[in-house]
Amino acid sequence: MIVPRKPLSLWERLYLPAMIGGFKVTLRHFLSKKVTMQYPEEKWVVPEGYRGAPYLVRDQDGNTKCVSCQLCEFVCPPKAITITPPGPAGIPADRPNAEKIPQEFEINMLRCIFCGFCQEVCPEEAIFLMKDYSLTGAGRAEMIYNKEKLLALGGTHAGIRKWKHKLEEAQAQESFPVKPS
Amino acid sequence: MFDWIDSLSPSQQFVLFSAIKVAAAFSVLMFMVAYVVLLERRLCAFIQDRRGPNRAGPFGLLQPAADAVKAFLKEDFTPAHVRKVFYWLAPAIVMMPALINVAIIPFGSKIGGQSMVIADLNVGILYTFGFVSLGVYGIILAGYAANSKYPFLGGIRSTAQMISYEISMGLSVIPILLLVGNLNLSEIIRYQSGTVGWLPAWLPLPNWLVFQSPMTFLAFAIFLGAAFAETNRTPFDLPEAEQELAGGYNVEYSSIKFALFFMGEYANMILASAMMVTLFFGGWTLPVFGLDQPATTLPGGLAHIAIFLAKVFAFLVMFVWVRWMWPRFRYDQLMDLGWRRFIPLALANIVVTALVLWLKA
Repeated sequence: MIVPRKPLSLWERLYLPAMIGGFKVTLRHFLSKKVTMQYPEEKWVVPEGYRGAPYLVRDQDGNTKCVSCQLCEFVCPPKAITITPPGPAGIPADRPNAEKIPQEFEINMLRCIFCGFCQEVCPEEAIFLMKDYSLTGAGRAEMIYNKEKLLALGGTHAGIRKWKHKLEEAQAQESFPVKPS
Repeated sequence: MFDWIDSLSPSQQFVLFSAIKVAAAFSVLMFMVAYVVLLERRLCAFIQDRRGPNRAGPFGLLQPAADAVKAFLKEDFTPAHVRKVFYWLAPAIVMMPALINVAIIPFGSKIGGQSMVIADLNVGILYTFGFVSLGVYGIILAGYAANSKYPFLGGIRSTAQMISYEISMGLSVIPILLLVGNLNLSEIIRYQSGTVGWLPAWLPLPNWLVFQSPMTFLAFAIFLGAAFAETNRTPFDLPEAEQELAGGYNVEYSSIKFALFFMGEYANMILASAMMVTLFFGGWTLPVFGLDQPATTLPGGLAHIAIFLAKVFAFLVMFVWVRWMWPRFRYDQLMDLGWRRFIPLALANIVVTALVLWLKA
């Protein structure tokens, strides 16, 4: 397509309108609010559902939720999770309804790809991808987070009940006929 | 305390004071080069809605120090295919004309009987143009020495551009010389004291050459345009057009040699600003509080230096602002502007100025 171009007037050919226009635009931007975030001082709001680092959580009574079933270890695509089960003579669970507690639970944050499979597969709602995105350490060994560290960072269970719909389904099965959920 | 100075012979005193002035002018120039880089980075960031370097020191004021450390600590790599002698020579030649030209810029009036100019040459402007035209060798040599395509293209471009615009730059100054009747920069500044004659006395427009008549204003406009081309700044930065030449004449350079090219560019920019201030904006003068006469006291002398530096700074801000405001000229447009607009205009300007002076006489 041939774009018709109007011949420039003498005023326009002096470059002056372009100069003034350019100056106006740059001055407006010069005075406008800056978009740069001063990162370490101010941080962006992490959105809900963000997949950050996976941490272990405790329940409301401060007990470890993980029962060392090792499903997350098996599902983990980059094999970042290593669980040491307690064994027959290992440490007893710290809550009444649990059979086991992991003797050691390690996540190599250098391997973790933040896929969220561990959170999805966990039957006990014990591991969640939190909002931490900036993990640093002075060496590789430091980036392997052990059980204490994961539990300390994870805190208490935040009230997310991912099996809620399963529970409701199960409760609905009790009465007949089944109400559609 | 300073009695021993009087016991020196005049030639010894000359050597002493010249050495002090050289050291002071050199260090101030280098300081300004460092901080113009910071100014450029901050200003361009602000124009682009960013904040720019603000981590090193308060408001990023220590950034030049960090840059210098980085430039020195980087590996100074010499590619195997370069022409060694020219490769080593080029960065120095880029830097030198700017440093040499500072010698004749009157950066102040007088402090304690000493005039604030390193060499008060009678052929000041000729000297400047002589050395500015040497500056082109640095870039050409860099392009040639690199022995590869893009630097070579950058060098070729800069040759054509700088030589073309040198002509219009030189011609644009001639009306000023006709008016003043002197090539000495101090005399040109003295000519610009007071307020303009064509306005009523209650409107104190300074008697700077840019305001004196339409011819001198046109001379300034041409000089300004040519100065942009001579310093390889946008809108005439074709020798270092990153998008086309992957960087231009300095592609094969690294470490402090690379930094020298940029220091040279900024030093040239400062020099061009200083020349424009001296020739068209009254140098160290200001037509208020008697600041347009040579100072007799120390505070007055310092005030003159401050006025001069403030004017230069204003020009530097303009240089930087223009770079982030306009796109680059196309090569044919650049040549068209230089040869078919600026040179005829400058020539006509000389003739008109001469006619006006002849009619007045």
